Amino acid sequence: MAGLLSKERTIAGPGFTRWLIPPCALATHLCIGQAYALSVFNLPMTRQLGVTHSIPGDWRLTELGWIFTIAIFVLGASAALFGKWVQAVGPRKSGFVAALCWGIGFLVGALGIKTHQLWLVYLGYGVIGGCGLGIGYITPVSTLISWFPDRRGMSTGMAIMGFGGGALIASPLSDFLMKHFSSPTSTGVVQTWVVLGIIYLVFMMGGAFGYRVPPDGWKPAGWVPPPEKAKTLITQHNVTPGDAVKTPQFWLLWVVLCLNVTAGIGVLGQASAMIQEMFKGRILPSAAAGFVGLLSIFNMGGRFGWASLSDKIGRKATYMCFFAIGTAMYALVPLTGKIGSPALFVACFCVIISMYGGGFATIPAYLSDVFGTKYVSAVHGRLLTAWSAAGVFGPVLVNYIRQFQIDHGIPKNQAYNITMYIMAVLLVIGFFANLVVKPVAERYHERTVPVGGPGDRRVTV
Amino acid sequence: MTAPNEARPTSGSGNGIKLTLAWLAVGVPLLWGVVETLRKAMALFA
Repeated sequence: MAGLLSKERTIAGPGFTRWLIPPCALATHLCIGQAYALSVFNLPMTRQLGVTHSIPGDWRLTELGWIFTIAIFVLGASAALFGKWVQAVGPRKSGFVAALCWGIGFLVGALGIKTHQLWLVYLGYGVIGGCGLGIGYITPVSTLISWFPDRRGMSTGMAIMGFGGGALIASPLSDFLMKHFSSPTSTGVVQTWVVLGIIYLVFMMGGAFGYRVPPDGWKPAGWVPPPEKAKTLITQHNVTPGDAVKTPQFWLLWVVLCLNVTAGIGVLGQASAMIQEMFKGRILPSAAAGFVGLLSIFNMGGRFGWASLSDKIGRKATYMCFFAIGTAMYALVPLTGKIGSPALFVACFCVIISMYGGGFATIPAYLSDVFGTKYVSAVHGRLLTAWSAAGVFGPVLVNYIRQFQIDHGIPKNQAYNITMYIMAVLLVIGFFANLVVKPVAERYHERTVPVGGPGDRRVTV
Repeated sequence: MTAPNEARPTSGSGNGIKLTLAWLAVGVPLLWGVVETLRKAMALFA
């Protein structure tokens, strides 16, 4: 088995088409993207004992909220911790481990729900599943960039689009399964988690065994690596993960990702409440749920669209667009409430959320431009700690400022205005952080002599 | 290390059936999810 999973066994043979790699990456990301749909289990899990209604001893929503928080924290931590290992062992072994963690995480979580032990759910979904999330998230990145050096943004955007799309599948699928398994004595959550765990395990294994890495020196037919110019960010050199974190560029990009995610993640969690409070009486809960669904589609579409565009206009320019357009959109939101235009409000947030997704999808290509392709998974893994930070910072900012405003007598329909302006300011800071990103100083380059383009064999000096 | 007799994979060719099956395996569930979500989103415009 160890041999079957080794990197050497995954080297592509003659006639292999690189277009078989994105479906493998999507198979991984569509499964782990379920994390965004975890909230569909919230209410049923608050009545595991009472079944039809909550009774004393049933879990509270605040306790259940920790499952997602732990999973996202472990995602960032494990991506940072195992990034170097993922890079070293190749996509098949890391994809295999991610599949095991994600599938087993669900099964352990199901056991926790069945026996009503919340710590087991935290351990299963949060910790074990969280490792699956982190390892699975970074697994395809390096492989895709090796196969698509000419379309780095599009290829990684396609995979990371899957993470956004995973929730679109998991949400209706979970609803269907819970309805199917529910009975007068059961909410159906346990059975649903078992079935999901098995489906994800099989699907992710399919992706893991489909991965192939290109042979040394491979490059797309007719593609010539762009010449390295002093002023462009795209380098033919590599920076090791250990050295990358010593560069100002790493921390500038950390701030860029963190602020871009902060601006979007807070809104995603509050979207339903926000639109109903800003347009009280005009937007019903069903319409608000539709708004959340629409945001999910823009989140997914933005990942592919913006990352593909970054291949044409460059990563730095793409992030400039995120921050400039995002600032304008956030500044506009209070006005939409003032003039009572839900359509304009929806349009603003669809654009904002598309850029939130676009930020996630463009960052691997940005990192490979700045730090080289060789260690991109490991560097990406370390940068994902920005996501963990934003995951805490964003919702706290939105929720606490809203509450502070309401406590000070501001009407609910205006309680988000200050938050929107703060988000706009954060994006201005992000704009300048991105603006000052320059090529990495030569002293950080790995001491190798490049023979050709990315993926080419390199000779250590 | 590339063996001297090892052919380089091409970027455009490949097994059409494999490609179709692989893309269908991920495309069909994704499309279903998008359609289901869009159906719910219609409530916003009702």
